[in-house]
Amino acid sequence: MEEFRKETRAWLEENCPPKMREPLRNEKDACWGGRNWVFQSEDQKIWLERMAAKGWTAPSWPKEYGGGGLTRAEAKVLQQEMNAIGARSPLHSFGIWMLGPALLKFGSEEQRLRYLPEICRGEIRWCQGYSEPNAGSDLASLATKAEDKGDHFLVNGQKVWTSYADQADWIFCLVRTDNTGKKHHGISFVLFDMESDGVSTKPILLISGRSPFCETFFEDVKVPKENLVGELDKGWSIAKYLLTHEREMIGDYGEVKPLSQIIAENCYTPNPILRAKIAEFEVDAWAFAQTMSRMVMEAKAGASLGAKSSMLKYYGTELNKRRYELMMDLAGHDGLEWESERSNDGQLARSWLRTKGNSIEGGTSEIQLNIISKHILQLPGA
Amino acid sequence: MALLLNEDEKMLQESAQGFFTEKAPVKQLRELRDTQDETGYSKPLWAEMAEMGFASVLVPEEYGGVDMGFMAAGLISEEMGRNLTASPFLSTAVLAAQALKSHANDEQKNTYFPQICSGETTFAVAVDETNKHNPSGISLMAAASGNGFKLHGKKTMVVDGHTADQLLVVAKTENGTTVFIVPKDAKGLEIERTIMADSRNAARITFDNVEVTGEQVLGLVGEGDDILDSVLNAGRAILAAEMLGASSQVAENTNSYLRERKQFGRIIGEFQALQHRASHLYCELELARSAVYAALTALDKSGDDVGNVVGMAKAKLGSVAKLAALEAVQLHGGMGMTDELDVGLYLKRIRVTQELLGDSDYHLENSAKGKGY
Repeated sequence: MEEFRKETRAWLEENCPPKMREPLRNEKDACWGGRNWVFQSEDQKIWLERMAAKGWTAPSWPKEYGGGGLTRAEAKVLQQEMNAIGARSPLHSFGIWMLGPALLKFGSEEQRLRYLPEICRGEIRWCQGYSEPNAGSDLASLATKAEDKGDHFLVNGQKVWTSYADQADWIFCLVRTDNTGKKHHGISFVLFDMESDGVSTKPILLISGRSPFCETFFEDVKVPKENLVGELDKGWSIAKYLLTHEREMIGDYGEVKPLSQIIAENCYTPNPILRAKIAEFEVDAWAFAQTMSRMVMEAKAGASLGAKSSMLKYYGTELNKRRYELMMDLAGHDGLEWESERSNDGQLARSWLRTKGNSIEGGTSEIQLNIISKHILQLPGA
Repeated sequence: MALLLNEDEKMLQESAQGFFTEKAPVKQLRELRDTQDETGYSKPLWAEMAEMGFASVLVPEEYGGVDMGFMAAGLISEEMGRNLTASPFLSTAVLAAQALKSHANDEQKNTYFPQICSGETTFAVAVDETNKHNPSGISLMAAASGNGFKLHGKKTMVVDGHTADQLLVVAKTENGTTVFIVPKDAKGLEIERTIMADSRNAARITFDNVEVTGEQVLGLVGEGDDILDSVLNAGRAILAAEMLGASSQVAENTNSYLRERKQFGRIIGEFQALQHRASHLYCELELARSAVYAALTALDKSGDDVGNVVGMAKAKLGSVAKLAALEAVQLHGGMGMTDELDVGLYLKRIRVTQELLGDSDYHLENSAKGKGY
């Protein structure tokens, strides 16, 4: 492993452009790839290409699908070495984070070979079509219809909260293929091109003044039958698998700057009451980080996290909201600036507003508590 | 960081679980309380704990101990917490053993360690003097006198001080603080038993020019603050482990009640207002467990950051254990207010452990200061 570390360090040193070792300044600095992506700089392009050539945009995926074929331990070393030089992630991708794991588990060999390599190279940008206007927390009541037309499905309906649908090339989408039985039955998981006839998107303006989400409309969209993932009518198990995966991710904000450091850097002098809240928060944040590590170890030891991912999602998102409230408290007047160079276009205020969605997206806090009650505490259903 | 138990630790946990559930369940604490027992804990139980190696869990093997480390001590403590077991484990097997281990001279180790291992001698550590834990504000004086010292002042909340054979007394000396080993029958010592809300025992102790010799100094004169650091970190982590056990158990009792109790023709656990409270508590308890394991591991590895990590764990457990106890009473409804159920006993023990060796506020303050704000 030390040999691998040495090689990795040397390779990164040689191949990671200096500019790609600087912290992200704004959203555009994060590379999402896709057909329409405009690289912010030549460095951003080179960095993606070099990493993709190594298979290191998806380090632990098998090589035949464009991944790096690394063991967990090796992937961890790679992450550590990237962190050590402050290397940016070469590619942000729902394909890597979400669709990939689902295809690796439920997809056919043909589907894996077709979709995974282009995801790894950052050529196709994916979005997720889950929620609908009348299927939010009650996701399984979704109604977007896919009719069997022989060689294809005909899709009609509407999705909402589709992240970056207006910039995505393809969508992985939950559709209803049967509505005669229970609501969890008759849901199917399909893939299609966002350039297909009948697909349109409309960005939703959020309280942060930004539009990371869209409404997505389908009107007589033809989806080839081979784009069905897994079995017909049994897409709910894929959806649940992905939601669990997503929850673990949403709860994990990675390494964030401790509030104590923010206080020091800005020479803030919080009054005793704010100071006490910060001290309490920092202990909770520490205990949560320990819990994350413990859960990772449990998962490695072979125990399935199961409903515990709801605990991580619930606590992690509530914690992040608390963190931003405290950052706003600390920043005071400075945190309220909305459009100025000094505030990086209201970076703090807009992020603070964005965090309010953390405990809603991917299943609300209340839904997570329901899951814990039912599956962990074995409390009876109402 | 080892946040998972290894095979040895799992075995120890199982054996401790079996031992305390069988030999020292909550019923035993009730009996000790109701019979107004003189010692306040079961002496035969302590003898058996010594046989099991629990009393010597931190004592080095060369002195007859099992020396299994803090994670092991924490697992034992957690099971005691679940059963509300009264014993001199904290005062003797943890606080005193750690003090002796870290700073005693060979002669003291040779004398006292075997007595701890066999269970024949118990200790109490006398630190606090006022209503709140304040180890940096020691005012009990040890004035030099001839070849020795004279101790003058008062101590309070000396856990197990009413039955301890030996006291470890933290006193102010000319240069800093010093810890003295004082036998219970020393002249000028007045020990008043104080029965606490949790039916466990402590003592208020008055020192009226108690004479001690140089041989009774633990380690060296002026080393008191270092000894305290080491002893208090150990004690806080072990208390946090006990709190984890007590709060996990009382939460489990509450969840069982939610699954059984009927009102409005339904099991009350069906009501979402109650489900969400129980689920939130579950999450807090998972964080609490991680905090305790992190603290015990830090002690076993004795890294630089031990004091900070242990302090954060004690702060977290202070608030989580309190939440578990309060939710237990409320969710049990009127039954939670009765002495018949164990809920109240957990509430009372948790309240005492919250306070011992620094409450959440104390440790949050320390943590904030340590991080420079």
